[in-house]
Amino acid sequence: MAYKLKEVAKKPERLTGGHRMCAGCGAPVVVRQTLRALKPEDHAVIGAATGCLEVSTFIYPYTAWRDSFIHNAFENSGATVAGAEAAYKAMKRRGKIKDDTKFIAFGGDGGTYDIGLQSLSGAMERGHDMVYVCYDNGAYMNTGIQRSSATPKYADTTTSPAGRKEHGKQQWRKDLTEIMVNHHIPYVAQTAAIGNMKDLYEKAEKAIYTQGPAFLNVLAPCPRGWQYDTPDLMEINKLAIETCFWPLYEVIDGKYIINYKPKNKLPVEEFLKVQGRFKHLFRPGNEQMIEEIQREVDKRWAELITLAEELN
Amino acid sequence: MSIRERMSGNEATAVAMKQINPDVVAAFPITPSTEVPQYFSTYVADGVVDSEFVAVESEHSALSACVGAQAAGGRAMTATSANGLALMWEILYIAAASRLPIVMACINRALSGPINIHNDHSDSMGARDSGWIQLYSENNQEAYDNMLMAHRIGEHPDVLLPVMVCQDGFITSHAIENIELIEDDKVKAFVGEYKPEMYLLNKDNPIAVGPLDHFTHCFEHKRQQAQGMVNAKKVIMEVAEEFYKISGRKYEFFEEYNADGAEAAIILLNSTAGTAKYVSDKYKAQGKKIAVLKLRVFRPFPADELAEALKKYKAIAIMDKSEGFNAAGGPLFTEVTSAMYAKGVLSPKVINYIYGLGGRDVKTTDIEIVFNKLFEIINTDKVDSVYNYLGVRE
Repeated sequence: MAYKLKEVAKKPERLTGGHRMCAGCGAPVVVRQTLRALKPEDHAVIGAATGCLEVSTFIYPYTAWRDSFIHNAFENSGATVAGAEAAYKAMKRRGKIKDDTKFIAFGGDGGTYDIGLQSLSGAMERGHDMVYVCYDNGAYMNTGIQRSSATPKYADTTTSPAGRKEHGKQQWRKDLTEIMVNHHIPYVAQTAAIGNMKDLYEKAEKAIYTQGPAFLNVLAPCPRGWQYDTPDLMEINKLAIETCFWPLYEVIDGKYIINYKPKNKLPVEEFLKVQGRFKHLFRPGNEQMIEEIQREVDKRWAELITLAEELN
Repeated sequence: MSIRERMSGNEATAVAMKQINPDVVAAFPITPSTEVPQYFSTYVADGVVDSEFVAVESEHSALSACVGAQAAGGRAMTATSANGLALMWEILYIAAASRLPIVMACINRALSGPINIHNDHSDSMGARDSGWIQLYSENNQEAYDNMLMAHRIGEHPDVLLPVMVCQDGFITSHAIENIELIEDDKVKAFVGEYKPEMYLLNKDNPIAVGPLDHFTHCFEHKRQQAQGMVNAKKVIMEVAEEFYKISGRKYEFFEEYNADGAEAAIILLNSTAGTAKYVSDKYKAQGKKIAVLKLRVFRPFPADELAEALKKYKAIAIMDKSEGFNAAGGPLFTEVTSAMYAKGVLSPKVINYIYGLGGRDVKTTDIEIVFNKLFEIINTDKVDSVYNYLGVRE
C-alpha cells in the first residue's frame, strides 16, 4: 500500500501527548513516526537510554508510553532491550507468550555514539531481533549541550565553546551509520523527519519487520542546542538533506541505496546559517571554516555515492 | 535418593543453574567465574536446558541484559568476579531498586588494583550496600544449595530483590570435592515457576520500568526497597526450612560450630570457616574450646540474632577478607560490633583481623595465632590492638 501521511497519522499514538519534551524538538517527532510503523496488533517493548527522551516521557507516576517501556541507564539501552528480547525468545519457546512482540531501543547521540557504543555494538553483533534508533541531536542536550562525538566540527557547545582562540568543536563528527553498516547486520538506515515523513516511516517499518538486528540513525534537531526558532524544525531537517550534510540512505544486507539525491545540492552554509551554534562562522575572517566544512560534506557525499555504485 | 557426585564449586553452581533452567543467562568471562558460563553454554549447546544464553561483550551488559530479561518477565542469571562485579556496579543498584530478583553467582576475587586473580572478599563487600541479598558459601555444597534457594528468596512477593551467591574463587570454585546433588524433578518442584505480577511482555497490561523518580516519590520507593530487605530475613528462614525437608541440610543466618561451653569465638565468611573448624576441633581435643561462627547471610544483616549469639562469649575475633580502608577495621568488623553495641552486648572483647588479601594463603597456623590471641585476651582481660593484620609481612 502506498504511503499516505493522512492514513498513517490516523494510527493510534503510541507515545501520547503531555510529555515534557521541548516545543520544536526533533526527538518526539522521530519517536512517534517510528512507532507508527508498528502493526497495531503488535505489542512493543521499548527501551530508552537516559537522556531528554527518557526523563521527559516517564516521570513517576506518569508515563507517555502506551507500550511496555524500560529505562535502565545511560549506556545500556542496547543490552537492556537485548535482554528483554532474549527473555521473549525463551518464554515464547516455552509457550509462556503467544503474541508477537517487537523490540525497539532509543538513545540520543551521547547514549549511542559515545557511552552506549559498546552496548549497541554487542547487541547488534549478537543478532538480537531488535531495532536500535539513535535520535541524533549532535550533543549532550539533556545535561546542557555538551559536545559529543556526533557534534559537527565548529559547533558551539558548552564544552566546545566558540572562544577567542578556538572556534567551537575542533574535531569532525564520527560516522556512526557506517560503523553500524560494518557490523554487517541486515538493515541500517540514515533518515530524518522531512516532508510527509515517508522516508522515516518506511525505514522504521523495514527496520522493525526485518528479522534480526537493525539500526536507524535519525537526525533530530534540538532548538536549545542548535539555537533555532521552534517552528523551523522541519525546515532545518530539510536543509540538512538538501545540503547533503545528512544524506538519506539505507543499506540492506550490505547493499547501499541512496534514497535522495538533491537535484541542486545546496551549499552547507544554508544549513549552518539558520543555527545559532554556527553563528561565529559567519563573522568576517572565518570564511575558511565554512569552506572546510563544505569540503568535508562533499567528500563524505562522494564517498557514499562511490559505495552505492561500487557495491551494487 | 540424592545423587553423590564430585565436582568443583563452579560446576556445582552451573549444575544448580542447569536444574533451575532459567529463561536467560547473560555473562562475560572473568577469572575465576568463567567456568560457570562455560558450563552453562555447554548445556545450551547440548540442548539440556532451553534457556537463552547471551554471551555479552562486558559485565556491564551482562547485568543490563539481566535487568531487561527479568523485567520482561523471565528468570535471569549471571556469574562474575572482582572487576566484573565492579563494572556492574551501576546496574547492581538499578536491579535492586527496580525490584528485579536476578540471581548472580559471585565467585569472590580480589578487586583490582593491583590486578590479582586470587580470592578475597573485596568485590562483594564493596557491593554490600547495593541492595542485593548476599549469601556466602563455605564449600561447593553450600554454593549449590544457596543457588537453589536464591530464587525462592528473591522472588518472594515480600522481598523482590536480587540475590548474590558468593563463594571463594579458586579455593572452592576450582577445588573438586564431594557433593550431594538433589534430583532434577525435586529441584524443579522446589524452585517452582516464575510468575511475576507485572512484566514487560504482558501485552494485556503494559508497564513502564525505570522512571525518573523525583523527591516526591523516590524516598518512599527507597523505603519500600529497604522493607524488602527487612522482610527477606523471615523468607530466608522459611525457604531454608523447606530446603531442609528436601535435602536434610539445615541452613540459618549463620552456623555456630563448637559453641558449647566456648568462651571465645571467631566470625568469618566462606571457605576459611573450614580451616577454622579444623583448628577448633584440634583445640577442642586439647580441652580448649573455641567457637567458629560462620556467617551465611550478610545481607540482610542478622544484627539482632548475631548480637544475641555473641553475648555469651568473652572474646571475639572478627575476620575480614577485605579492607575497608577506614583506618579502623574491615566491613564485617564494623557491622558486627555496631550490631552488638546497638543491642547492648558490651561485655565481649572484640578484635579485628584483616587476612588473606589477594589470595594470601590462610593456614591452620594462622588461625592458631588468632585463637591463641583470644585466649590471651581472656586471660589478661586486655585488648592491646583492635585493628590487626594476619599473615602479612611488614
